[in-house]
Amino acid sequence: MPALQVEGLARHYGEREALAGVSLSLNDGQTLVVFGPNGAGKSTLLRVLATLLRPHAGNVRVLGSRLPEQAWAVRGRIGLLAHEPLLYRELTARENLCYHARLHGVSETRVDELLGAVAMADRACEPLRTLSRGMVQRVAVARAVLHDPELLLLDEPYANLDPAAVDLVEPLIGAGSGRTRVICSHDPSGGLAEADRVLGLRAGQAALARAAADVGPDAIAELYR
Amino acid sequence: MSARTEARPLDERSSERTAVTTPRTGAAVRALLRKELLVELRTLESVPGMALFAVTTFVVFHFALNRNSVEGDLAAGILWVTLLFAAILGVNRLFVADADQGGFDGFLLAPVNRSAMLFAKVLTLLAYLAVLELVAVPAFALLLLGSSLGRALPDLVAVLALADLGVAVIGTLVAALAVHTRARDLLGALLALPLLVPVVIGGARATAPLFSPTHVTAPAARWLLTLGLYDLVFGLIAYALFDFLLED
Repeated sequence: MPALQVEGLARHYGEREALAGVSLSLNDGQTLVVFGPNGAGKSTLLRVLATLLRPHAGNVRVLGSRLPEQAWAVRGRIGLLAHEPLLYRELTARENLCYHARLHGVSETRVDELLGAVAMADRACEPLRTLSRGMVQRVAVARAVLHDPELLLLDEPYANLDPAAVDLVEPLIGAGSGRTRVICSHDPSGGLAEADRVLGLRAGQAALARAAADVGPDAIAELYR
Repeated sequence: MSARTEARPLDERSSERTAVTTPRTGAAVRALLRKELLVELRTLESVPGMALFAVTTFVVFHFALNRNSVEGDLAAGILWVTLLFAAILGVNRLFVADADQGGFDGFLLAPVNRSAMLFAKVLTLLAYLAVLELVAVPAFALLLLGSSLGRALPDLVAVLALADLGVAVIGTLVAALAVHTRARDLLGALLALPLLVPVVIGGARATAPLFSPTHVTAPAARWLLTLGLYDLVFGLIAYALFDFLLED
């Protein structure tokens, strides 16, 4: 059974259609990269797959569970790295991660391990509001993989990260992590290098849905014209 | 360099995973409560404002009434109306950090009972109200109350505890409803005030005998019962509705 199976997904906000008739399939351990201009529906797709938004039409199965009916069964198996870090600014990096660890039933040893992995152990006791955006993004990466999720949903995961930080988070969220991944990206070359499958969204509709081997940078560039 | 991988069956990674246990609701409530109190201790956005509002209101009443002291119904009315409006300040701030900093999403992604957030927020609001009353009640006694507070205190604490539970449950429910709207500060107050009127009436009626010059009577049992029943009804309503307020 595929890790993700979506058929005819539709989602709207009031009158506006954010997604319409989107279908995709992704096997376990594979990476789907989603391209599309701003407002194309990429973040909405991630939020539906993360069980945070209900699909308004279509069939959505994530890790074998049908959404939204069986959403409870996949929460805790999904790691979401969104535009917002989902962290409290007044709490320290360690306090934030310990809070999420308790919610996910993960030991605090894992928190220390991840703070070390993203090179934030030295700044772990400073409030998040005092950290740079890149540092906050590193803590957000640690939060997303804290519970060792099977499925990672990553919305421009390398935003705000310098090359050294990208190398730090690569073992956690990169292809080497062995997780099934859905990545929203605006970087054709970097995105295609990561992808097993590609989905191109335009105005909420799937304008491109193929194996990455069959897609070139020109096809991605076409989405943005 | 391509990072393309072969498809693997779903259960292959299970043996490699970090040890994760499904957290119990109690553990989730403790985690949420700890986070709430830490955020409030760092920001001091709610409780100091609530306490300052209450003390300022008592000072205003002290001069506006042009009386050295108040007793009975009037004293109870002043105390409860002031506590109600001070509580609204806390209610309006209850979910702001969660809404503005992605706390809702972080919580909703966790495999925990949604009611954990209801319990934690009710306990948080109860803690805020307790601190508010630790400041406001002595200030009220000092600035306005004619009779001594000492003898009335045990009964007053019982009435405050019952009323606070109602305020905390209704406040949490209303705050969760209003926080996603643009006019959340206004809507929170507009929704909460009518629902909290019975709590204020029950609290004031139960408290009035305690503030009589002689303090000869205990709070009427029927008002304590009314408060308890109101707490129970809204507790059940909140428990039934809260999940729907959090979910999309």
